[in-house]
Amino acid sequence: MIIMARTDPFLENPVEIQKKLVAAIAADPKPARIMHICGTHERTIAKYGIRSLLPAGIEVLSGPGCPVCVTPDDDIDTAILLAKKGLTVITFGDMLRVPGTEESLFDARAEGADVRMVYSIDDAVKIAKEHPEKEFVFFSIGFETTIPTTAAAVLRGFPPNFSIYTSLKLTPPAIALLVSDINVDAFIAPGHVAVITGTVPYNDFARAGYPFAVAGFESYDILLGIKMLTDQLKKGTSFVENAYVRAVKAEGNVIAQKMMSDVFDVSDVEWRGLGIIPGSGLVLKEKYKEYDAGIKYKELYAPALEKIREIRAKKKKNCICAAILTGKATPADCPMFGKTCKPANPVGPCMVSDEGMCHSWYKYCRD
Amino acid sequence: MAKENRISMEHGAGGQLMQSLIGEIILKNLTNTKAGTVGLESLDDGATIALDRSFLSDNPNAELVMTTDSHVVKPIFFPGGDIGKVAVCGAVNDLAVMGAKPLAVSSGMIIPEGFSITDLEKIVQSMDAALNEIGVPLITGDTKTIEGTALDSIIINIAAIGICDAPVRDCGLRAGDKIIVSGFIADHGMALLTKREGFEFNSDLESDTAPLWKMIEPILDVKTADGKRAVTAMKDPTRGGVADALNEMAQKSKVCIRVYEEKLPIRETVHVSCEMLGLDPLEIANEGKAIIGVHHDCAEYVLGLLKQHSYGRDAAVIGEVVDEKPGKVILVSALGSTRYVDVPTGDPIPRVC
Repeated sequence: MIIMARTDPFLENPVEIQKKLVAAIAADPKPARIMHICGTHERTIAKYGIRSLLPAGIEVLSGPGCPVCVTPDDDIDTAILLAKKGLTVITFGDMLRVPGTEESLFDARAEGADVRMVYSIDDAVKIAKEHPEKEFVFFSIGFETTIPTTAAAVLRGFPPNFSIYTSLKLTPPAIALLVSDINVDAFIAPGHVAVITGTVPYNDFARAGYPFAVAGFESYDILLGIKMLTDQLKKGTSFVENAYVRAVKAEGNVIAQKMMSDVFDVSDVEWRGLGIIPGSGLVLKEKYKEYDAGIKYKELYAPALEKIREIRAKKKKNCICAAILTGKATPADCPMFGKTCKPANPVGPCMVSDEGMCHSWYKYCRD
Repeated sequence: MAKENRISMEHGAGGQLMQSLIGEIILKNLTNTKAGTVGLESLDDGATIALDRSFLSDNPNAELVMTTDSHVVKPIFFPGGDIGKVAVCGAVNDLAVMGAKPLAVSSGMIIPEGFSITDLEKIVQSMDAALNEIGVPLITGDTKTIEGTALDSIIINIAAIGICDAPVRDCGLRAGDKIIVSGFIADHGMALLTKREGFEFNSDLESDTAPLWKMIEPILDVKTADGKRAVTAMKDPTRGGVADALNEMAQKSKVCIRVYEEKLPIRETVHVSCEMLGLDPLEIANEGKAIIGVHHDCAEYVLGLLKQHSYGRDAAVIGEVVDEKPGKVILVSALGSTRYVDVPTGDPIPRVC
């Protein structure tokens, strides 16, 4: 926007630079399928109409990069059950609209359950301290970007009436699954995640033949990443490049990494659309199990969850979110897109979050 | 003593306590309460509005315009205003963008027991200040109290009545018109979000809440070469932001609006905090802005008139009306890429990371 363009602290003349990048990408284009794996990248790409600037053969696909979108039904149903059993469930705003098997947290709230929205776990802890008479569960979702703040809060300690139900995911194992399964030539790696993890986790994929570019979240960051990847594909090289040097270091944020490993153990967890991926999630270590709402309240929700699982098994959603999350289909391929599935009444999770591929297409690209 | 400074159920019971509340807190703080022979201070069953006979005879198609708007705001006091100011501005701005001169307003307040009387007095004072700015009286009102358990904050309804020679509609855009926005967008919504959620950025950002009639009045008289009104359509982009208002104007007028991203007046602090929270400034509320469709020959002149008023100082031509894709709003980026601007789903929700 006008002000940002004038005073951008990182670039003298972002519009001119971007025009040059677009021209360079368009010169002598080689067809390429490039996947990003970050909801915020999808938002930037759609918001700035970046796909409309690229030559016909260069496709930008959206991978499983939205933490809301990959949270499985089972975790959402559990959070809803905890709320309906009389606990106060606190989570991030865009989790509230995601439909579980039968309803969303918003629906549960309309029926009288105490469901609240915060911007960080610290706000949730504060609410719990102010209301010692109530029991609070923080529904903790997210990737490497939000996990360190959760770890830091655990290390600081929770009041006795506060625990967390975790649905935390690590991105590299999901990329490993994707490269074995789908037809992609190169990846744009998520800048926020790489701030924490560094660029090292992507080296194995580069050695396996996939060019990687770590990119930031302005339109010029993304265009620079695409330029780096198309250059590599033309030359036939594959290594990890950093298009986000102002924020990402090769080794990442070592302090945050240590906090994560001090608080959590790596575990096999379910991703919506991808199934259970080995080593792709984090759960609280044994010594923090008093903080684990999944253990603390198991008797409260487990029997009801079994019943909901039976209902879920019989229900067949027509939703192709799984194929969209893995870049095998676009929202336009879904029979429900824009008809029965809209942002105001989402059927699948990709339509819920502002970072979801379907939401983004509905909002910015729909004719 | 503390107890006496709070609203109790008896303040709404029609007896002495209610009389003193109306007299001491409401009437005392209002400067202008009459539009005819019977005004608020008469405490009669209704109020009257005198008619301007010469306006009626000069304008045979003159019509009255009426609007009503109920307000709940969290927090009730925010940087740049409060619920009283926003309630008054919301109603009189609805008249202004219809091209109507506001004649009078009514006020209906529903107050929970336990509400601070000092706060109520501040709210009435800011209603009065906003009304005085455009010379409009508050001529009739109603006050009810309700159990504190049933309501957690004050609700204010303002109905406003005005008069116009011919209404300006939101469906009047024609291909070729220029689209003007009267100043920086998204200030109100971001100021409230910042205050409500206790964010530590945007510390000096204020809501844009303002009564716009004096800014709009002069542009209504601008005529095209063939004697028609230059302003073809107007709307105030409140909840739902500029995105919602532009879509409504495009759909009702059956035209396409192209908006140029680099022309949108957005404060740097608003832009940066929206980026951080994953929000789109186009979808954030305003309470002191107008979106104006103007015949292309008169756009620069109208822009100049707007800029002469303090509320229109940062006005800008942000786009134009074109013949393609009726009902759509297209945003063109500085790079020349395009995307649709959609109607927001509900309240903007900040993202996870």
